[in-house]
Amino acid sequence: MSTPAPASTRAAPASPDTVSRPARASREALEARAALLRRVRDFFHARGVLEVETPLLCEAGVTDPAIENFLLESGQSLTRPRYLQSSPEYAMKRLLVEGSGPIYQIARSFRDGEAGSRHNPEFSLLEWYRPGFGLRELMAEVAELVQDCLGEQPLEYVSYRELFLRELQLDPLTASPAELEAVARANMDAGSISGDRDLWLDLLMSHLLEPRLRGLCFVYDYPASQAALARIEEVDGLPVARRFELYVDGVELANGYHELGDAVEQRLRFERDNAIRRERGQPERPLDERLLAALEQGLPDCSGVALGFDRLLMLATGIGDIRAVLALDWSRC
Amino acid sequence: MGALLKADLTIMANFSTNEFRSGLKVMLDGEPCNILENEFVKPGKGQAFNRVKLRNLNTGRVWERTFKSGESLEGADVMDRTMQYLYSDGEFWHFMEPDTFEQFQADAKAVGDSHLWLKEQDTCEVTLYNGAPLSVTPPNFVELEITETDPGLKGDTAQGGTKPATLSTGAVVKVPLFLSQGEVIRVDTRTGEYQSRASKS
Repeated sequence: MSTPAPASTRAAPASPDTVSRPARASREALEARAALLRRVRDFFHARGVLEVETPLLCEAGVTDPAIENFLLESGQSLTRPRYLQSSPEYAMKRLLVEGSGPIYQIARSFRDGEAGSRHNPEFSLLEWYRPGFGLRELMAEVAELVQDCLGEQPLEYVSYRELFLRELQLDPLTASPAELEAVARANMDAGSISGDRDLWLDLLMSHLLEPRLRGLCFVYDYPASQAALARIEEVDGLPVARRFELYVDGVELANGYHELGDAVEQRLRFERDNAIRRERGQPERPLDERLLAALEQGLPDCSGVALGFDRLLMLATGIGDIRAVLALDWSRC
Repeated sequence: MGALLKADLTIMANFSTNEFRSGLKVMLDGEPCNILENEFVKPGKGQAFNRVKLRNLNTGRVWERTFKSGESLEGADVMDRTMQYLYSDGEFWHFMEPDTFEQFQADAKAVGDSHLWLKEQDTCEVTLYNGAPLSVTPPNFVELEITETDPGLKGDTAQGGTKPATLSTGAVVKVPLFLSQGEVIRVDTRTGEYQSRASKS
């Protein structure tokens, strides 16, 4: 963080305006990564959760308009383009349908256009699925894992709705887009940004609320419009997504669902995603028919979660820039 | 003809949020700005934003604005050039590019507080906007003569006391008690603090 120049300094020296700090993993950070990998594997081994590895290059990608895949387009083995997986979710769900039981994976994942102090286009996701678990049981297990890795921390559970009501006196499930926009603009310079209610909710959440969350904070029951692959159920007469996010000291660490098992509903959501992509001029994505076929066979009732392993390592080491916990970040390979 | 064409066809590139780097000069709300920081903010399952800290080069004001990732801004025709300070005629401060001998005049708004540290022949950074001086940054350290201060206290080199001293440019800095009028001192222009007596040349 550069310190703002005092008001009287008309033109500050050039250096603080242009300095950029190169970051790279130290020997200690490499050792901390190896130790954390061991710790996570011990945690799941002790609980009888099976480690699996699933393919990174598949014929279907992700329809989610907020996530862009990388495509592999040439190669003798290709009959059509393949997508580098943005998470191992679809493949792992197919294993669950085939009767794998509880499984976890530490998977390299790829998301185009995501780079910054907390994002690298290639990163590691720790993802696991628990047949028979509801959201509560899974949140409890996530808390145990994270406390095991980071030590004891204050723990809080708050619904998305309670959080907005408490911090902004705003009901995220019923407020109009204009009301959300007004609160956002009163608190930040949002320039010429425009968009639907989910955009304003994302802006309020990421800019105003996340930084206020201390310790381990689980935010659960998201607006139905942000369900992604979570079930939608009614709470207090309003539909909410059975989804949670874990924040640790304001850093988004994990995203979990009580998994949607309904193949028909899943197809509808994929198609709705593609409709939004069309509208915004983003490329449409082929639906993962293999996943949809598996869901038709029947996904065991389960909850699953994806946790940013590199961010967990950042929190464990106190390193504030993801580039300094990666052996070689995107700009170095 | 060539030069004319070149001047007429100055078209600034557009930069997308993923190209924002500290030091990049862009136009925002009609004002030239220097990007200080660009933070990528994205919920795992939601809209990506860039939270950008900028300095308005006209006013010096620093503030933060959020963009949707993928938005773009026009580049600003702003460049930093190293120039020699020549003289002031009372209204304008005159600078010269040492290689081309091209001269530029900066008004009081562009020079701002920097006039307190400008000594003839010294080398400065002049920021040009559309070819005209927008701001002037003095060297980090300058050597200036004390033109007025209380008489020096002989032998008082160990005590921590200070007194105000007026320098040849009009700047007033705190100096140790032992310094006298006519001596030349070294000042850090970023803080306005006395550093030492000037090295004898």
